[in-house]
Amino acid sequence: MTATRLVRCLAALKGAERKALNTFITAGDPTKAATVPAMHALVRGGADIIELGVPFSDPEADGPAIQLSSERALAEGTTLREVLDMVAAFRTSDTATPVLLMGYLNVLLKMGLAEFASAAGRAGADGVIVVNLPPEEAADVKELLAAQGMDLVLLAAPTTTPERARMIASVASGFLYYVSFRGTTGANLLDPKAVGQSVTRLREATELPILVGFGIRDGDSARRVAALADGVVVGTALVTTMGEAPPDEIPARLEAQVRSLRQALDA
Amino acid sequence: MTPTDELEPMTQANLAPYDAPNAAGYFGDYGGRFVAETLMHALDELTAVFEELQGDAAFRAEFEQDLSRYVGRPTPLYRAERLARHAGGAAICLKREDLNHTGAHKINNTVGQALLARRMGKTRIIAETGAGQHGVATATVAARMGLECHVYMGAEDIRRQSLNVYRMKLLGAEVIPVNSGSRTLKDAMNEAMRDWVTHVDHTHYIIGSVAGPHPYPLLVREFQSVIGVEARAQCLEQEGRLPDLLVACVGGGSNAMGLFHPFVDDEGVDMVGVEAGGLGLATGEHAAPLNAGNPGVLHGARTYVMDDEDGQIVPTHSISAGLDYPGVGPEHSHWKDIGRARYGSVTDEEALAAFRLLNRTEGIMPALESSHAIAYAVAEAARRPASDLIVVNLSGRGDKDIGTVAEVDGIEL
Ligand SMILES: Cc1ncc(COP(=O)(O)O)c(C=O)c1O
Repeated sequence: MTATRLVRCLAALKGAERKALNTFITAGDPTKAATVPAMHALVRGGADIIELGVPFSDPEADGPAIQLSSERALAEGTTLREVLDMVAAFRTSDTATPVLLMGYLNVLLKMGLAEFASAAGRAGADGVIVVNLPPEEAADVKELLAAQGMDLVLLAAPTTTPERARMIASVASGFLYYVSFRGTTGANLLDPKAVGQSVTRLREATELPILVGFGIRDGDSARRVAALADGVVVGTALVTTMGEAPPDEIPARLEAQVRSLRQALDA
Repeated sequence: MTPTDELEPMTQANLAPYDAPNAAGYFGDYGGRFVAETLMHALDELTAVFEELQGDAAFRAEFEQDLSRYVGRPTPLYRAERLARHAGGAAICLKREDLNHTGAHKINNTVGQALLARRMGKTRIIAETGAGQHGVATATVAARMGLECHVYMGAEDIRRQSLNVYRMKLLGAEVIPVNSGSRTLKDAMNEAMRDWVTHVDHTHYIIGSVAGPHPYPLLVREFQSVIGVEARAQCLEQEGRLPDLLVACVGGGSNAMGLFHPFVDDEGVDMVGVEAGGLGLATGEHAAPLNAGNPGVLHGARTYVMDDEDGQIVPTHSISAGLDYPGVGPEHSHWKDIGRARYGSVTDEEALAAFRLLNRTEGIMPALESSHAIAYAVAEAARRPASDLIVVNLSGRGDKDIGTVAEVDGIEL
């Protein structure tokens, strides 16, 4: 089996001794037209991976900023099919950057998991993160995605026992997403020291790259956390920009924001 | 009112004793655990503690003593003669959960879960509430055990259940208004999950119905099944027979499952869960996922939900805040599919009429939630012979709803 675009990307970064910068925005936020230009802006700024949020009415694991972004996207009437169209549009001019779809299970179930996997594969998506799909329930999804050459990224948390970590690692592919604290996205609870200890323990359970997310909001926190892991995920800080910037300034602002994260990681 | 289809006769195949859920928390295709990884360990811990305590005689004795001396159990099974005469047909007995301490069945569950929380060493309790009955029942047990208590409640529900909001405050709980989404029960549950993810180490989340991720549907059922255990024994003693039909309203489904489950292997006992028909199923303005929804995943479980063609959960409507929820406990989804229970619905207007009827015929003021069950039972009684016996779960009392009913009447209190 050939390595997926996500696996190749992370391997190349590792070879170059660089940290992965994974950036999250919500598709359709603040408008449907904003998303593809925003994705390109993330890449110009230096993002290695894009996580595209699929909006859901009940984002129970998200803090206020991402809740609001989901509400804005749904107010625009953003559907899963349209999110896949955005990925396909992005792919017409960027074939290098891995794109992961992140969301909640009900939206995927509604389309049908098999139909979703093949449509996402056709659109050029590289993997999926489903917030409320624990490894115990993930076997079907994993198989369907693998058949399309896509990865299923799973989350590990501070409450994850070593036993669970091994089970998660045995199901996950691409990378492990370590949730840096007990809480929802965007909370101000980051403790780099605790993250370092947890990542060290996680390494015993997996060979997969480990990316850390939740609470990383600027160059300083990105640099400190990235030093402990293979890369970082930044979401709330970017989504907040999407919500606040005048629409015509979004790409430039995102690009500048990501560039400052990139520079901090590469320093 | 939408009546249910006739029940298929039970076949030989489903005569084996009922033993759902399985170890993974599945009732047939429904249930399971669909939550963020951060909560998985807490759910494992809760499952382990619950299983251990189920076999612990001292724990059972303490739970039963709390139910009798603090909650006031057993609640009576009352034969509603004038109500039945009004309906003209089958006999009707009311299981008087309205007579529990705090006025609804919700306290059976909170008393049990408070004991679990204490055993796990948790010092803080959180809950979601719709009508406020579960919030009041949670604040009550938290006060009694000296635990910190935060209750999440949709801003819309805070408006229509202001009496219960004040009760919770008097009990020392903090009521946190939820302004996201439809500002009702489902949004309160989202917010409670977010709180739990953040404070999971020292906080126990007391879910108020047979909903949510495993083990909640199981443990809430076990704590609520005291309703059916008592009702079954009372029926045999007072009426000399088992009932022909059980009727209960279904929000998340805890009062219904509490009544139904102890009868699950009694072949001749039919069961009907009554969902909130709101302005009518055809209008889309209702809260009846089993009647008009489809399987999906919401709040940690695979179950029937109300969603749109893109999988977004849709706003619900019911005059009763406690039924105003787009999901339902997974065991009810299973029972719908296997036909062990049937699920009908009753509109706001029919529930209001039943509220008034029970006041006038029996001197009992039911909660608007329970009024849905009364309305269904009265219509069903009329279609059945006098020799039939219907047991209705009168899940709560209606004091909290006086303001809503007065508003309908155009009266300012
Ligand atoms: C009196 C009463 N009955 C019924 C319900 C609905 O819940 P469930 O379906 O879990 O019994 C509520 C919920 O608040 C309630 O207060």
